[in-house]
Amino acid sequence: MGLNNLRTLYQALVLDHASHPRNKKEMKEATAMQTVHNPSCGDTVNIFVKVQNEKIVDVSFTGSGCTISQASASMLTQSVKDKSVSEALEMTKIFSDLAIGKEHTSDEIEKLGDAAVLTQVMQFPARIKCATISWWALEQALLKKG
Amino acid sequence: MDKEAITKIRNDFPILKQKINGNRLAYLDNAATMQMPVPILHKINSFYQTSYANVHRSVDTLGFNATKQYEEARGKVASFINAADANEIIFTSGCTDSLNLVAATYGEQNIHEQDEIVLTIMEHHSNLLPWQQLAKRKGAILKYIDLTESQTLDLDDVKKKITAKTKIVAIAHASNILGMMNPIEEVIKIAHQVEAVVVVDGAQAVSHFPIDVQKLDADFYAFSGHKMLAPTGIGVLYGKKNLLNQMPPYRFGGEMIGNVTKYNATWADLPQKFEAGTPNIIGAIGLGYAIDYLHEIGMNRIQTYENELSKYLMQKIEKLDFVAIYGPKENHTGVFSFNLKNIHPHDVATALDMQGIEVRAGHHCAQPLMRRLGVESTVRASLSFYNNKEDIDQLIAGISETEEFFNGTK
Ligand SMILES: Cc1ncc(COP(=O)(O)O)c(C=O)c1O
Repeated sequence: MGLNNLRTLYQALVLDHASHPRNKKEMKEATAMQTVHNPSCGDTVNIFVKVQNEKIVDVSFTGSGCTISQASASMLTQSVKDKSVSEALEMTKIFSDLAIGKEHTSDEIEKLGDAAVLTQVMQFPARIKCATISWWALEQALLKKG
Repeated sequence: MDKEAITKIRNDFPILKQKINGNRLAYLDNAATMQMPVPILHKINSFYQTSYANVHRSVDTLGFNATKQYEEARGKVASFINAADANEIIFTSGCTDSLNLVAATYGEQNIHEQDEIVLTIMEHHSNLLPWQQLAKRKGAILKYIDLTESQTLDLDDVKKKITAKTKIVAIAHASNILGMMNPIEEVIKIAHQVEAVVVVDGAQAVSHFPIDVQKLDADFYAFSGHKMLAPTGIGVLYGKKNLLNQMPPYRFGGEMIGNVTKYNATWADLPQKFEAGTPNIIGAIGLGYAIDYLHEIGMNRIQTYENELSKYLMQKIEKLDFVAIYGPKENHTGVFSFNLKNIHPHDVATALDMQGIEVRAGHHCAQPLMRRLGVESTVRASLSFYNNKEDIDQLIAGISETEEFFNGTK
């Protein structure tokens, strides 16, 4: 059966993040929060960030959804923690660019850290949005804060 | 229908012979849209090559013949649902458009503050939002009929919710999620006792069993062509003549007028009053071809065969203890909504897709029902008369593979 292909998307690391999501909690002292819905399936991701001196000192998420959306949000929180706002915004741009078919070098993709694994989702066009919504939420949260 | 008959039918649908992700295609998303058989495609092609022209406008031969075919299609629709008169058939752009038409005309005209509109909790957003928004505009009260414990429509609740204040009852003939037909004949009787008008959403009914709007005594009946082998962009609103005659027009423009002066206008008779502008000519004619095709097989035969397939699917899927099925277990239609334990429906749908099985995952445009069921979304496999037992076997095997992939049991 064709399920071998599925391994490229559902790698061990992805499954691990989905079943044991990191930083999945509300953040009371967040400096910004953003919710993004995936209207086609009802999935929701809320991203919380705490920014101090242009640096993301804490980041977390809540919400519910498929393996991909949960793993993506979880990996995102690990990848952007302690990054500067501009570094994180660059990461969101790389991820969103890949989602719409723009190329990036492997050096750039490596900047995503563990979350780079999820760029495999680009081979499953119907699921790109699942992986991307948390990055959109992060971008909006970061642009929001004063 | 025997195997030979099914094979013959399947040969009319070349898309079914395609491989999807390297596997045999099992097309099980018929509740979303149905495939179009080659004989209909040929007829549409031939219409464009030999007979295409605008309708109801010119006196030339082509225009006259196109108009004749367009009106013949209306006649076919009327007899397909046993309407008393072809003028009770309004062509729209789809079921959604038909339902919005009723809310924007009949609803706008007849709903006042404190009037009640009764829906069921299982309605598709297209038979929910037009009423919800109308109620908001008018200060009317919206009420929802609930489900029984076995997830069928609660007839006791029907009797409670429909009161002397009820003006409109909106209900699906067959659910696009719960795999059942609603007892609309009884609902209509109860509604008519209080002189409420009943709007039936027939989207999931039309290609699956015979429909008789007169026997049902439905006031309005809406459906889409693309769920019954016709192209997208064509739909039907049936309405009782006395109601349609009282209603104001929905849209204004060409062909819907009687006489226009600088400051006034009168409207055309039915059905033109509700068909402003150049209609979807090929859609309507294609819908007529679809009805011919369905008649050739026979709606009773289709119903019997689909029942057989549904029973087969139910027997097999019920045995999978990691699968939760929504809706009643008895008298299930060809629509199966389910979830696998601890696996999100979108992950299931991707895994099934990798195995050539096309299903839908999501909230199926019925978020209030999803909340009532306590889920965010479900997987949905839906049958039609061109499916066979192989499709079902493939689905069941695919579900088991998916379970093993994610949960590593067995
Ligand atoms: C029960 C029901 N009602 C209405 C609709 C709306 O049909 P359409 O999108 O063709 O207008 C659908 C289609 O999914 C449906 O299943």
